[in-house]
Amino acid sequence: MATVSLNSGLILAAILFVIGFVGLITRRNLIVVLACIEIMLNAAGLAFVVAGARWGRADGQVMFLFVLAMAAAEVAVGLALAIRFRQTLGRLDIDEADEMRG
Amino acid sequence: MTTLFYIAGAVAIIATIMVVTRSQLVHALLYLVISLFAVAVVFFTLGAPFVAALEVIVYAGAIMMVFVFAVMLLDVRAQKPPRIPGSAWAGPLALIVVLLAEVVYGITLQNHALAAGSVGPQQVSAALFGPYVLGVELASMLLLAALIGARHIAAEPMDAPAGEAGAGAASAAAGLDEAPDAPPAPEGVQG
Repeated sequence: MATVSLNSGLILAAILFVIGFVGLITRRNLIVVLACIEIMLNAAGLAFVVAGARWGRADGQVMFLFVLAMAAAEVAVGLALAIRFRQTLGRLDIDEADEMRG
Repeated sequence: MTTLFYIAGAVAIIATIMVVTRSQLVHALLYLVISLFAVAVVFFTLGAPFVAALEVIVYAGAIMMVFVFAVMLLDVRAQKPPRIPGSAWAGPLALIVVLLAEVVYGITLQNHALAAGSVGPQQVSAALFGPYVLGVELASMLLLAALIGARHIAAEPMDAPAGEAGAGAASAAAGLDEAPDAPPAPEGVQG
C-alpha cells in the first residue's frame, strides 16, 4: 500500500492554516472570525496527526485530542462573548468594538 | 489511499476558501462542515481512524452545532452581511502567500514516507490514559471552566446586581428581539 508522504500532509496543514489566518484578519463578522480560529486549530491538529503518523506512534493523535478539547472550550466562551457583543453593541461587526483605544 | 488523500485535501482547501469568502454567515458555516468532513477523510487516509471519527463527532457534530445555535440565537438574518472591500484582501493575501511559499519550500527540503499501517483506538487510549493522564485531567478542568465562563458571560448582564440575575437574564433575552439599531446597552458604562 502506497502511503502518503510527510510533505503532502504538512503542506496541506500549512495551506489550511494560512486560509484560516487570511479569513481571521480580513473578515469582520465575529462568528466568521471564530470559525476561522476553528480552521486554524484544526490545521494545527492535522499537523500533529501527520507527525504522529510519520513514526506510527499514538502521541500525535493524543495531542489532537487536547487541541479538540481546547477548541471546544474556546468556541463555547467565544460564542458566549458573541451573544454579549450583540446585546451590547447591536451588531456583530468587530469594528464596532473600538472603544478600548489605548 | 494516496489518491484519496489528495482528493480529500483538495476538497478541504476549496471548502475552506469558500468559508472565508462567503458573505452569508450560514453558507460559510455549511462550507465549514464540508471542510471538517474532508479533513476527517484525510485523517482516515493517514492511518488515524479514531481521530477521524472524533473529527466527525466532535468538530462537525458538537462544535458546529454550537455555531448554528449561536446563529439562531443572534438572528443574524436581520443584519446585512458586511461588505469586504477588495483592498482589505490584497495586502494580507500577498504577504501571507509569500510566507506560505517559504514554509512549503522548507517542508520540501527533505521528505519521509509515513509509517505503514494505522494507529487504532487501543493504542491511542493506552497513551492517553498512560503517560498523558495529567493532560486529560487538565482538559477536564479547562472544559469545566469554559462551561462556567460561557454561562456567566452569556446569561447575565455585567452591571446587574447579584439579586437580579434572573430578571437581568430575562431582559437580556428580550433584548435579542429588538431591532439592531436599538441596542439595549447601558450607555453609562462607557464614560
